[in-house]
Amino acid sequence: MTTLTKQPDPGLSAGGPQKSRKRGKPAADFRGTGDLKTALFFIAPAMLGFVLFYLVPTIRGIYLSFTEYSILGDPEWIGTRNYERIAKDPLFWNALGVTSQYVIINIALQTILALGIALLMHRVAKSTLVRGALLMPYLMANVIAALLWFWMLDYQIGIVNQLIEWLGLPRVAFFGSEQWAIPTQALINTWRHMGYTALLIFAGLQAIPNNVYEAASIDGSKAVSTFWRITLPLLRPVLVLVLVVTVIGSFQVFDTVAVTTAGGPVNATRVLQFYIYQRAFNEQDFGYGSALAVILFLILALVAFIQMKFLRGNQSDLD
Amino acid sequence: MTTTATRPADNRRRPFLNRPSARNRPFNWRRTIAWVLLGVAIAVSILPFYWVLRTALSTNGSLAANSASLLPADFNLGAFKRVFGFQTAQEAIAEGGSGASINFWQYLWNSLLFSSITTAGAVFFSSMAAYAFARLRWKGRDGVFSLFLGTMLVPPIFTALPNFLLVKNLGLLNSMLGMVLPYLFMTPFAIFFMRQFFLNMSREVEEAAMLDGAKHWRIFFQIVMPNAAAPIATLALLTFMGQWNEYFWPLLVGTTEETRVLTVGLGVFKSQAPQGAPDWSGLMAATLVSATPVLILFAIFGKKIVNSIGFNGTK
Repeated sequence: MTTLTKQPDPGLSAGGPQKSRKRGKPAADFRGTGDLKTALFFIAPAMLGFVLFYLVPTIRGIYLSFTEYSILGDPEWIGTRNYERIAKDPLFWNALGVTSQYVIINIALQTILALGIALLMHRVAKSTLVRGALLMPYLMANVIAALLWFWMLDYQIGIVNQLIEWLGLPRVAFFGSEQWAIPTQALINTWRHMGYTALLIFAGLQAIPNNVYEAASIDGSKAVSTFWRITLPLLRPVLVLVLVVTVIGSFQVFDTVAVTTAGGPVNATRVLQFYIYQRAFNEQDFGYGSALAVILFLILALVAFIQMKFLRGNQSDLD
Repeated sequence: MTTTATRPADNRRRPFLNRPSARNRPFNWRRTIAWVLLGVAIAVSILPFYWVLRTALSTNGSLAANSASLLPADFNLGAFKRVFGFQTAQEAIAEGGSGASINFWQYLWNSLLFSSITTAGAVFFSSMAAYAFARLRWKGRDGVFSLFLGTMLVPPIFTALPNFLLVKNLGLLNSMLGMVLPYLFMTPFAIFFMRQFFLNMSREVEEAAMLDGAKHWRIFFQIVMPNAAAPIATLALLTFMGQWNEYFWPLLVGTTEETRVLTVGLGVFKSQAPQGAPDWSGLMAATLVSATPVLILFAIFGKKIVNSIGFNGTK
């Protein structure tokens, strides 16, 4: 990677004599360590955005979580009292339970369906048209997906309940019953994401070299055992990545809940992010909201760490 | 993707077939079942969009009686007129609307402004930063880059609270500036995406220019950026669509009629539902209007978008 001849200021001092001297020695001019001034110019706007809207807010968010702050006045330091309150807050534990339920249903449905679709595509159809059709839901806003299904799943005249009744089954109150509200939210999200996830897995399938399959077929491996013993293990890095991204995304479910059930019925869909939103913006309790956000942050970091560590997502078996 | 020299025949067929399907060629029924299952997945993905259109073209009063009819129930454009504010309150109420004033022209304009400004800013400034990360040599470069990438792991809600306070203290609540600021200077993904491209770009042209005494900023604007037009277009598309669909931040910062974007406006429209039956055809018309720009982009740039999926996933 580095064949550098040290040059103090290659960009700025590249003048006449260098021209002839350096010809035929590619890349040397770029490999000094003296581009700092130029780099600062290029990086300044991004750095400003990074510091103002990512770095400082992260630190400030942690600070606020140790304070009592209702927007009016100044934050008042109260130590760990917010966290002590959270530990005893039944609504927080409810939110955590409901969110976990959502995450689990979502992951199971989405990963299995996406894997199935990816395998089907790998087998019969790779055209852009098919992939485009499957990707359509993903391009829609969460709000749009939510409203679309809010209508299709309506208890009275939604088309899905018409079909259910036509099949001779009782109607389902998808959004109205505590039992169904969370699975319904997970279904909406699965609908929006399954094609996208399928395309990611499909890209992983394409990357498995054919000679692996050839070897398996010469050894007399059947399609099913080829899948379990070759395809799935070789897909592991992609699957882990998909899992990490899906789990982290699912823990932050908000949009669909906010426009359809708004936490209800009762507390059935009061997911973590919606609860944070309510505490911070409806009840102006920014300290408590920040502490909840820190907890969510820690959960996500832990989940990502566990997944990468135990599923070895950064290593490929192909190497 | 390396093939051994002993298998020239495979090499020729490779673009069209892959091993497993070639092996199962004789069993045609398997392919049929696979197609049927895939067909179901495709239908589930796109048929709901037809249902939205069909409902938007229906009249509220007829929806209940014809809830399963495949064609619009009592075909009518009233729902779209309602959404764009072409109906009086009385007309709207008579057709099952809430009668509350709602103006999607304004929301459409706001969404367009919000998405365009943030996309232009984020793509441009992120490209500049990515160039510094990919092409320039300076102390602490890789450390700063990891720090930037690390922000991808911070959940948006976590920074949204302090960012809201900042924007509020700056007096920018309910202003377009307040809405676009956090996205304007960079997104971690954009930097990552462009850096990846710059790393793989050939250095030859740049070197020639450098030897002629051109400075980095000239090389960047006159050589690097024009050469990066394709990935920049892809990034801009992805960013624009992401911003168009953004809900949480605009919900916090843009809550007045003048600053509401489409996603937020849709939520408000839904919650204004009249007593009794909701204004389904109006709601679906609004949904369709909100989806249209993305659908148009997809119709034009579908291939580009589809092929970009998997970029950050594998490889």
